[in-house]
Amino acid sequence: MVPDINPVVLLFASVFTSNILLANFLGMCSFISISKDMKSANGLGLAVTVVLTLTAMLNWVILQYVLIPLDLLYLRYIIFIIVIAATVQILEMVIDRVSPALYISLGIFLPLITVNCAILGVALFMQIRNYSFIQTVVFAFGSGLGWWLAIMALAAIQKKLVKAPVPAGLSGPGITLITIGFMAMAFIGFSGMLNVQ
Amino acid sequence: MNEDSPGQILKNNVWTSNPIFIQILGICSTLAVTNNLSNTLIMTVGLMFVSAFTNLTVSLLKTVIPRKVRMILQTLIIAFYVIIVDILLRAYLPEISKSLGPYVGLIITNCIIMGRAEAFAQSHDPLISVWDGITSGLGYMWVLMVIALVREIMGFGTVFGITILPSGFIPWTIMVMAPSAFFLLGTFIWVAKTIILKQQAGLKQVKGGK
Repeated sequence: MVPDINPVVLLFASVFTSNILLANFLGMCSFISISKDMKSANGLGLAVTVVLTLTAMLNWVILQYVLIPLDLLYLRYIIFIIVIAATVQILEMVIDRVSPALYISLGIFLPLITVNCAILGVALFMQIRNYSFIQTVVFAFGSGLGWWLAIMALAAIQKKLVKAPVPAGLSGPGITLITIGFMAMAFIGFSGMLNVQ
Repeated sequence: MNEDSPGQILKNNVWTSNPIFIQILGICSTLAVTNNLSNTLIMTVGLMFVSAFTNLTVSLLKTVIPRKVRMILQTLIIAFYVIIVDILLRAYLPEISKSLGPYVGLIITNCIIMGRAEAFAQSHDPLISVWDGITSGLGYMWVLMVIALVREIMGFGTVFGITILPSGFIPWTIMVMAPSAFFLLGTFIWVAKTIILKQQAGLKQVKGGK
């Protein structure tokens, strides 16, 4: 059963109220290590959004036309991760050919993305929630945007944080996590507007 | 003490280079389930299982796997064990499997498992690699259990589903929601790091005194 959610509402929800990072904790590893400067944060955010949308579409097609008809649903983890790894690899080669400039700014982030939980997470959410193709595309794109927004905001805050005197034990990951906590609270504030899971 | 002795590995993985508060690895897939103790326990046991067997397999196959394709093979090995965990959970604990949702599958992308396979199992014997996997899982488990304990007591007034706080207690809704996990983990890292910094300062003083 395809849930009855307007794609526009779903887009808004996946960017703000159920932000993939701040509400679902997905994609934390690279989030914490890359969020130190805004330029790399931007590059990684863009790469995540592109890969997320692409792989979610591919995975949806494979899920609906191969895995479900052949009753191979239990293989979905392996299939999804292979699709993600292959997409990243191909994307890397294509970008290298087409635009070397983009490759230099984006290339180093691409391998990191294969192990980004957000990508696999979106594929699994899309399967569990039975999204239609349009809903999957919108959900994946929105989640990517939400992740991008969150990492840019955190990178900007981290920049100011450098000047703040933080206790020795709290500096580094500790204060980053507490900052993310405050950001998550701010994003929860949006949930008064709409509530979609 | 020998770097690779079982005791030293245990100490490293559980405290001095704990995957969570020192290496900040692999928090994605598990932080989400920490609002409830039993879910956290099942999830971390699953992770420990996957980590131990992945280390075993990678260590056994380390001479056979070509270096170039080892990443993708490691991922496949991890995915294989995660599928086993998923099937076991659905067969024996269908309720918990349902509430964990996609997060069991997300063990695949948990950086700590691949991290250990790459950093340890790649260059060590099978048995000690299994031990390394188990202790990494342990180091992971106890931190998340502490966070889940606080969140469940404050958020629901219960421990493993058994009510322990008096009925007059008003649950803190924030503890059930996402931000509290970040705050608690941040605070946990603060405390752990302060203790470690003190220990290091103490060691330096002893050395300086000599």
